[in-house]
Amino acid sequence: MTSDDTAGCPLPISQYTQVLMAHGGGGRLMQQLIERVFVSAFSNPRLDERHDGAILDAQGRRLAFTTDSYVVHPLFFPGGDIGTLAVNGTVNDLAMCGARPRWLSAGFILEEGLPIETLERVVASMRRAAATAGVEIVTGDTKVVEKGKGDGLFVNTAGVGTIEHDLPIGPRHVKLGDAILLSGDLGRHGMAIQSVREGLEFEGPIESDCAPLADIVMGLIEAGIPVHCLRDLTRGGLAAGLNEIASTARIQIDIAENAVPVSEPVRGACEILGFDPLYVANEGRMIAFVPESDAERALAVMRASPVGDGACRIGTVLSDAQGLVTLKSRIGARRILDLLSGEQLPRIC
Amino acid sequence: MKFIDEYRDAGRAQECARAIARSVTRPWTIMEVCGGQTHAIVKFGIDELLPRDITLVHGPGCPVCVTPLELIDKAIAIASKPGVIFCSFGDMLRVPGSHTDLLSVKANGGDVRIVYSPMDSVRLAREHPHRQIVFFAVGFETTAPANAMAAFQARREQLGNFSLLVSHALVPPAMSAVLSAPHNRVQGFLAAGHVCAVMGYHEYEPLAQEYRVPIVVTGFEPVDILEGIRHCVLQLEAGKAKVENQYARAVKREGNLPAQHMVREVFQVIDRKWRGIGAIPRSGFGLSPAYAEFDAERRFGVADYHAEEPSECLSGLVLQGVRKPVDCPAFGTRCTPEHPLGATMVSNEGACAAYYRYRRQQDNRRSL
Repeated sequence: MTSDDTAGCPLPISQYTQVLMAHGGGGRLMQQLIERVFVSAFSNPRLDERHDGAILDAQGRRLAFTTDSYVVHPLFFPGGDIGTLAVNGTVNDLAMCGARPRWLSAGFILEEGLPIETLERVVASMRRAAATAGVEIVTGDTKVVEKGKGDGLFVNTAGVGTIEHDLPIGPRHVKLGDAILLSGDLGRHGMAIQSVREGLEFEGPIESDCAPLADIVMGLIEAGIPVHCLRDLTRGGLAAGLNEIASTARIQIDIAENAVPVSEPVRGACEILGFDPLYVANEGRMIAFVPESDAERALAVMRASPVGDGACRIGTVLSDAQGLVTLKSRIGARRILDLLSGEQLPRIC
Repeated sequence: MKFIDEYRDAGRAQECARAIARSVTRPWTIMEVCGGQTHAIVKFGIDELLPRDITLVHGPGCPVCVTPLELIDKAIAIASKPGVIFCSFGDMLRVPGSHTDLLSVKANGGDVRIVYSPMDSVRLAREHPHRQIVFFAVGFETTAPANAMAAFQARREQLGNFSLLVSHALVPPAMSAVLSAPHNRVQGFLAAGHVCAVMGYHEYEPLAQEYRVPIVVTGFEPVDILEGIRHCVLQLEAGKAKVENQYARAVKREGNLPAQHMVREVFQVIDRKWRGIGAIPRSGFGLSPAYAEFDAERRFGVADYHAEEPSECLSGLVLQGVRKPVDCPAFGTRCTPEHPLGATMVSNEGACAAYYRYRRQQDNRRSL
């Protein structure tokens, strides 16, 4: 059989010519969109690091700079709302650069008809979240769009943090043999949103894990742990985070499925919908790559923080010159842990 | 988690695999019928625990994979019409039709919604009396009772704005087709546990007798599947060919009688096409004459759509267990989940997608 024999297969959709929801799902389609449209247009050494934020040199001081937009529906969900997300998400992106989060901007796109009271509740959440994370919201912007042209409220935050150490932190600094540490159980945010959005009722309420992670990161750095890479596990979950790092660093990462904690309600909800918790979004979970010899000490530091008390070791950097994540399954066989193509879609049966 | 953890226990799985290895004296080829089982086998690496003499081949039980191309085209045509709310289970949205997919229809402004239950679409029909609500009723016998219930409820409430685009497939005729194909190499079956939970397993008894194959009703967790394989191997080694029930915690011989009653109320058995395989007589459900008014194909005038499915595509052979996904020269190169050439690469439960997602590197190495 020659390779041309399959040319007559059911017609392929070769390239999507318009944006699909799947382009925002944190999977391979989104990576392709970023590569094709944004990286090719904006490429520069800081962007090309492909980190959660850019590291900038401002006359001898190192700063971290990042931005993120929040379009969550519903605006309020168990464990948080769009305001707590908008603050913690950007705080966490700065923390993943090894920076101390300092200043945030807040941009609001309001849809005509949004109750002012709703906006006030969101803003009050943002004030509390900023106070908890130790950041100031120092500038902002407000726009209003016609009814039907927004989903009530969109928020954008950008953030600046200061880097107060000389550690190089990022995917390219991961080393062979590094231990991979996870700060707690997975999947709470994604399944909390899913259950509210779809009106699904499970045995216990699932609350979002939305939380600032800067304390954990500052703790690791102040304890003198030579951290190599940090990543918060948002869209696409643990699988996306590990795959992005593996492909940027050209390494093979190996994790043990048994070592990854998932709470019973989240597992139950995932089983019902046919979701894999390794791909579900989190808003208060991170992974850290540290030298094997520092792993136990780093875990103790992470566990000392209330948002890291479930920290555990999930895997190791096995070899270089590959961009691959493998997983040892519960029954002891090894397989690939791949990026999803787009979003996880609930299955038929 | 009860009923999950004990069936994913590494010790039990490995013990079961050792028991299989002790029983095997010669090579056997076993087909798991259901796409959910295929997914579990590849995801957990169940086949890696098995002795070399056991070959698992993957059956036609992925509802997304076997839905004919022209039905996807019909869905796309209906979903593109103004005023329609087109409801589907999530994994049908990415399946390519002749020219486009439902995700693209949605991006173009079509009102395509993912629902978790067909009853959600009945609720939409109630809430939007001036719009046409269409439910894409896809699946095997497993989803038929709930889909039937949606039609039943819509008729009771006289929801004239509700209809179903039906593409239900039946497992036993597909197993017959696999067994009677001239190139068949399947010697034993793991029957789909959830299909049997609805329909029971008495209808498999004539198949086991006629074709002299063991059929083991099997669940979906690693220990279930290994137990199913063990029962199958024991029968093959002893020269037996009967129906056994590994999945007794969910399946009774007679099945779920109220569910079957609802299915008979709404559906009738019809001939249908299977993507990649072709026409199989009496292998699907269509709406019965009493429910014809809820047939979306008639309502939207798409009944005579026809799409050619070229016979060269390997997915038909994969679905019949004749070839493995890695046998295809396009696998993982020109055919990937982002740009699927065939339906088996689209669905999570499709054999090609499962291989691509979980083990393309290992298999590439093996085939070198």
